Amino acid sequence: MSEIAIKCEGLSKQYRIGQQERYRALRDVVTGAAGFPFRRLRSAISSSNGNGNPQSEIRESQYIWALDDLSFEVKPGEVVGVIGRNGAGKSTLLKILSRITKPTKGGAEIHGRVGSLLEVGTGFHPELTGRENIYLNGAILGMRKAEIDRKFDEIVAFAEVEKFIDTPVKRYSSGMHVRLAFAVAAHLQPEILLVDEVLAVGDAAFQKKCLGKMGNVAREGRTILFVSHNMQAMSQLADRCILLADGRARFDGNTAQAVALYLGDETNARTPLGEYAAPKEKAGNHIAWARVHTSESPGIHHWGEPISFEFGLRIVDPQESLCFAFNVRNSFNYNACYFWLFDSETNFGREPGTFVLKCEVPKLRLYMGSYTITAWLSERRGDTYFEMVRDICPFQVSMTNMPRNEYDWIPELSTYLEDGSWAPIERVS
Amino acid sequence: MSSLPPVLKAPPFEIASGSFPTFFIKPETGLSSLALRELWEYRELLYFLTWRDLKVRYKQTVLGAAWAIIQPFFMMVVFTLFFGRLAQIPSDGIPYPVFVYCALLPWQLFAHSLTESSNSLVANERLITKVYFPRLVIPISAVLGGLIDFSIAFVILLLMMVYYGIRPSWAVVTLPAFVLLAMVTALGVGLWLSALNVKYRDVRYTINFVIQFWLLATPVAYPSSLIPLRWRALYGLNPMAGVVEGFRWALLGKSGGPGALLAVSVVVVILILIGGLYYFRRMEAEFADVI
Repeated sequence: MSEIAIKCEGLSKQYRIGQQERYRALRDVVTGAAGFPFRRLRSAISSSNGNGNPQSEIRESQYIWALDDLSFEVKPGEVVGVIGRNGAGKSTLLKILSRITKPTKGGAEIHGRVGSLLEVGTGFHPELTGRENIYLNGAILGMRKAEIDRKFDEIVAFAEVEKFIDTPVKRYSSGMHVRLAFAVAAHLQPEILLVDEVLAVGDAAFQKKCLGKMGNVAREGRTILFVSHNMQAMSQLADRCILLADGRARFDGNTAQAVALYLGDETNARTPLGEYAAPKEKAGNHIAWARVHTSESPGIHHWGEPISFEFGLRIVDPQESLCFAFNVRNSFNYNACYFWLFDSETNFGREPGTFVLKCEVPKLRLYMGSYTITAWLSERRGDTYFEMVRDICPFQVSMTNMPRNEYDWIPELSTYLEDGSWAPIERVS
Repeated sequence: MSSLPPVLKAPPFEIASGSFPTFFIKPETGLSSLALRELWEYRELLYFLTWRDLKVRYKQTVLGAAWAIIQPFFMMVVFTLFFGRLAQIPSDGIPYPVFVYCALLPWQLFAHSLTESSNSLVANERLITKVYFPRLVIPISAVLGGLIDFSIAFVILLLMMVYYGIRPSWAVVTLPAFVLLAMVTALGVGLWLSALNVKYRDVRYTINFVIQFWLLATPVAYPSSLIPLRWRALYGLNPMAGVVEGFRWALLGKSGGPGALLAVSVVVVILILIGGLYYFRRMEAEFADVI
């Protein structure tokens, strides 16, 4: 077995902006050539008129680098996830590695047969039956006919479409369609598998089955490079993750760290760390602002330090039985803590005004990671929700204040670290 | 630096003991090789794509494969009526219906293959942007698809030959070569047009137009003996002239060997094909980005 399965060196791909107008009409080329001497004149005229169309000029000259000098290596048997926002270059990377398109600069080396799955059901034809489509799609994905013959029954069983195998695919439900398409793909057996966001399809049960199947593939020692927005799937499948941003590798390493970083970036882009302010136009009873008082710089907290959460409630419509509550959520949108305050305990909503509610936690035991707050204001008697603000005040808990020498802390080891102490060790035999 | 707790992972085992194929992905640089060997490796895909097109084409038609006969048959009827009866165009002593049908067969094969292959890349956009395979598979499968229709329509020709009592000579064994020549002509031109079509969608509209002109320039409705002898070889610059004359010679036997005209046609076809292959390969890298 060779030491490396995939090796990218300085991989770069340039695209022209304005790809929506991708193909040109011959007419444009002809008029472009013929009209060249007049262009200056025309642009002079249009700019003096002030209603010219300068866009076409801009479009011609603007390029973007979808991938910018990306280098990495993948060892055989490694399962590597690729994450990043839309436009970060994930799909471009897979397209280059699966040889659909060529890089502008740089290169890559691939050792092994490559199977790529950039879409499920590529080449499926609605007029053809399930049986026919299995063969067609299999051939398109690079399977031999003999190979498909051998796996045919298994594919049909995996897709759960036995009864409809000789029905045209156009009569299939969308779920059946997806299941069949994925079943064919799941039986592809290359040494290297490139997968793009295929888990975003199908119902939950089938997604689970697919995850299982992909997990098996990984355990069989095949190399997988896959793109997904499903962070849960990412943490389950990938040992290593590359976070792409603007065509570059922002992070390459432990999946949990990459995921945390990615989700952190996502929230950062929306709101400043540790703070929230309601939009000015907000009316009615609402949460005017919120702030997390972290132990370090804004939005950064050390494990075990006291923390406080502060909310400003603006009451314009006084109520008898208001209820305020908030959750602290981790990066998987999992509620980690819950805090509440009823008006019956402390009055805060019986007259108009702005009230400050401050919740103090003497020792925050939440494990390292990214967190956000989701808060809501409701009224118990009328059973009405006044407001719910999601994923505000992002903050991070770090454990750099308590390094462990033997083992570095790794994310997701736990949700909490409780205070616990070990009794003196007794030797019993 | 190690982690806690140990992550459960089965030891990776070797999938194949043999050496792995290695691919190098590089930016496009000038002339690339034709990679015909890779094309051979994808022959099953070629088969499946051809099979798909045929299957789909006749799936929801009432008359199904009868369409393969209807078109050339009615063209034969119209040609016989207008050119044979009314215009009294000579047919080298062969009954006009057979004379024209024998030429319409390779012509239809060519026209159909050319249209299909020119539009093939654009029609298979999804495949091109989502899967890798040698792109040549697409226009080639489009050309192959015409062969079935041709075979069906050929049966009618045999019946007509029996009806008119025409017995082919030994020359009939060369017929496959002329079928091949018609297909290679279609492929050669189709490669140019399909690659151009990806970039310039105008090509789609010019195809019908090109085919109509080409039909008039091909001795389908008239014999090439109408052309003065000294220009005859030059007429071979239109490879379909060579194909049609070859067909008549191989099946009907009357019009003497196509000779110099055919030689010119073959050379022209080879040049178009090689040029088309290289142009296609050159443009191939851009297909997925531009289509």
